[in-house]
Amino acid sequence: MITMTGIFPASRLVAAKAVIAICGLIWTVSGAANAGPQRLVLTGSSTVAPLINEIARRFEMQFSGVRIDVQTGGSSRGINDVRRRTADIGMVSRPLKPDENDLHAFTVALDGISLLVHADNPVAALDKSQIAGIFTGDIMRWRDVGGKDARITVVNKAEGRSTLELFLDYLQLKNSAITPHIIIGDNAQGIKTITGNRNAIGYVSIGAAEYEVQRGAPLRLLALDGVEASEENVRNGTFPLSRPLNLVTASDPQGVIRQFIRFAQSPQVQDLIKAQYFVPVDAD
Amino acid sequence: MLLRAKQQIRDGVIQGLIYLAVLLVSLVFFWMLFDLAHGGAAHLSWQFLTESPIDAGRAGGIASILVSTALILLVALTASVPLAWATAVLLAEFVPAESAFGKIVRFSLYVLAGVPSIVFGLFGNAFFSIYLELGFSILSGGLTLACMLLPILTSTAEAGLRAVPDTYRSSAAALGLSRTVALTHLILPAAAPTLAAGLLIGIGRALAETAALLFTSGYVDRMPGSLLDSGRALALHIFDLSMNVPGGDNPAYASALVLVSLLLCINILAMKLAYGLQRKKIMT
Amino acid sequence: MQTDRVLTGILRAGALLAVLVMLLIFCFLLFESWSALTGLSIAGFLTDVSWHPLEGTYNLMPMLSGTLLASIGAIMLGAPLGLASALFIVFFAPLHLALLYRRLIELLAGIPSVVFGFWGLTTLVPLISEWQPPGASLLAAVLVLTLMILPMITITACAALTAVPEELFRNASALGMSRWGTIAGVVLPAARVGITAGIILAAARALGETMAVLMVAGNVVQHPESLFDPVRTLAANIALEVAYAMGDHRSVLFVSGLLLMLLVMVLSAMAGLLEERQQV
Repeated sequence: MITMTGIFPASRLVAAKAVIAICGLIWTVSGAANAGPQRLVLTGSSTVAPLINEIARRFEMQFSGVRIDVQTGGSSRGINDVRRRTADIGMVSRPLKPDENDLHAFTVALDGISLLVHADNPVAALDKSQIAGIFTGDIMRWRDVGGKDARITVVNKAEGRSTLELFLDYLQLKNSAITPHIIIGDNAQGIKTITGNRNAIGYVSIGAAEYEVQRGAPLRLLALDGVEASEENVRNGTFPLSRPLNLVTASDPQGVIRQFIRFAQSPQVQDLIKAQYFVPVDAD
Repeated sequence: MLLRAKQQIRDGVIQGLIYLAVLLVSLVFFWMLFDLAHGGAAHLSWQFLTESPIDAGRAGGIASILVSTALILLVALTASVPLAWATAVLLAEFVPAESAFGKIVRFSLYVLAGVPSIVFGLFGNAFFSIYLELGFSILSGGLTLACMLLPILTSTAEAGLRAVPDTYRSSAAALGLSRTVALTHLILPAAAPTLAAGLLIGIGRALAETAALLFTSGYVDRMPGSLLDSGRALALHIFDLSMNVPGGDNPAYASALVLVSLLLCINILAMKLAYGLQRKKIMT
Repeated sequence: MQTDRVLTGILRAGALLAVLVMLLIFCFLLFESWSALTGLSIAGFLTDVSWHPLEGTYNLMPMLSGTLLASIGAIMLGAPLGLASALFIVFFAPLHLALLYRRLIELLAGIPSVVFGFWGLTTLVPLISEWQPPGASLLAAVLVLTLMILPMITITACAALTAVPEELFRNASALGMSRWGTIAGVVLPAARVGITAGIILAAARALGETMAVLMVAGNVVQHPESLFDPVRTLAANIALEVAYAMGDHRSVLFVSGLLLMLLVMVLSAMAGLLEERQQV
């Protein structure tokens, strides 16, 4: 610092003033920008995001003067952003963990996690030990589980994604035991990777997968423990890998945040939930 | 004689290899351009430029993306150009190259120029988005880009100012003009084409940037309502469509085509300015 | 001369702010890295069993090896191709062809990394996958990086080659040396420093490149055993994980950012020193 003052005998004051002026400018601009419509920021699970996007559009139509921005990045990002206050509401596609009891969760819908292969893959079903074998690298070729003679491409989720955590939970494995060939982030990236690779196997949200299958993506969902991966089996609770889709806030929700969460849980959006192949919570 | 023949064979072989390398590079380049044009042309239309994205970008266009990109660019330039040009003028006109102050500034810019863009992204996320609480917004993204552009704009402007012949300065001094007047009336006008070329290079760099914006401006693809809204830049749109949207390849090709054409125009303009200047200098 | 003083003051303030930005970036990276640098053992970055932040293991080595291998591979392909391109432009091509090719290279330099990544993802990865699945691999990363650094190497090499004094050629041809004899014996040694500096700068660019590599490399954290194995680079790791990283994990990501910045700084300092030596 001493050398600095040596260099600026006269202009230190000017420099300080300029710094203050620029900071002031930033604040004025952001202040002016703040005057716009009320803004809700939601971040987190890529499973929940498409649904919330639809709900948000409808909410904006009914309550003008509110703007809702939705960004993905995984459930952990949702938790994280809510705690850091960079988001108002987090989207989390699993139940809260014990160390997350500082947060408030509101379930909007139910979903399952399904194994996914390319439609051209002849393998019809895999049992739990085969699945574990494939994901830990003990089974390397499709031939060993009744398929073609080709190397299996294992598609794993990135850490911080609750789909990964729940899937590992189901297999009773740690992530370090998995030997993946491709790591993916959002559900959609997984679906895109598997539609482009005949020998790939991965796992994504049932809702996201069915949505793409209905639009003609060459995909097949595999049954788990002999239970078909369908919205129906998630609803009646027989599918082994089900989970709640939650909205999460840092404090007891107030104002627009509360209004939006209520709206997302209301019967007014059940058609949107069904259109995404999820299960509304109070459906039964 | 034998030696001469041997040399001729060797020269021929090497020439062949060089031609082969050049052919290879050109082929790959045209292959890429062909792929872009082929994949994107069908999807490209006037509507594509004037409509906002629908269905995660599979349908609709890129209007809101273009607006966000322009806003991010505007923020970045507003913040960086005055700083960069002030620094350049100071370094070129007022401070001896060997002075401690000049050395410190030049070293800082040299370091900044080498920082990878993802590190700027990290910094922007930690400082602008979280510490200054600007969130995922066009403002955070633009300011992050401004830091990145600082060294490029400064070094191009300084080079341009140094290229102005010293006779300008000595004649001005002989006429008893103050340095301020000499600067604003003689030197800056003379250096204007290089300043403009440097500005264009900076714009090109900013348009191409993805990594620094990923965690600062976010990727909400709606029309931004204010500078505090998250806005998705065009380069980020290409990334998202190609990675996270099944069936998003065609709009991604079209967006890439738009971005590459934009950058080509900017680069050609910048080259024209720079070459035009060179020619002028040779003539005088 | 009052205005001169005011102007100088304003300019100094501007320049000072530029310096502050650099300090701010460095301090913030250090600040965010601090808890990992002091709380975790540094040795853990080298010796932990793997990179599984949620299980508390932070081995950065596989990603460092991925980063270095991808960059070295790109340099090994890009340097000869770039040098050949530069020689073509300066010595071998007829004038109009040289100009045309130079323009082509300059346009290539202007293509954004995300477009290279996109092209790699839709064209190269499926091609490699047909041959050696899964396609997204070290090889794909090397090829995409090669394309990205090639223009840089070509342009700097061109500048170094054209800077070689004319009289050296005349002396060489007076001695009856063949064209390649002249280039290999006289021109390349004279331009060696400039060419090397360009290659080092290109290496720095390759080390820091994020998006293109992220899109084609498969992003599995491992020491690759072959060119067809997927890898994750340090830069890609930051982009993939910073959104959800918390606590120590986030801090370690900032450490890797700092590491990357230092690596690149050392390389660009080397290039700078070389260029300075060239000028003397």
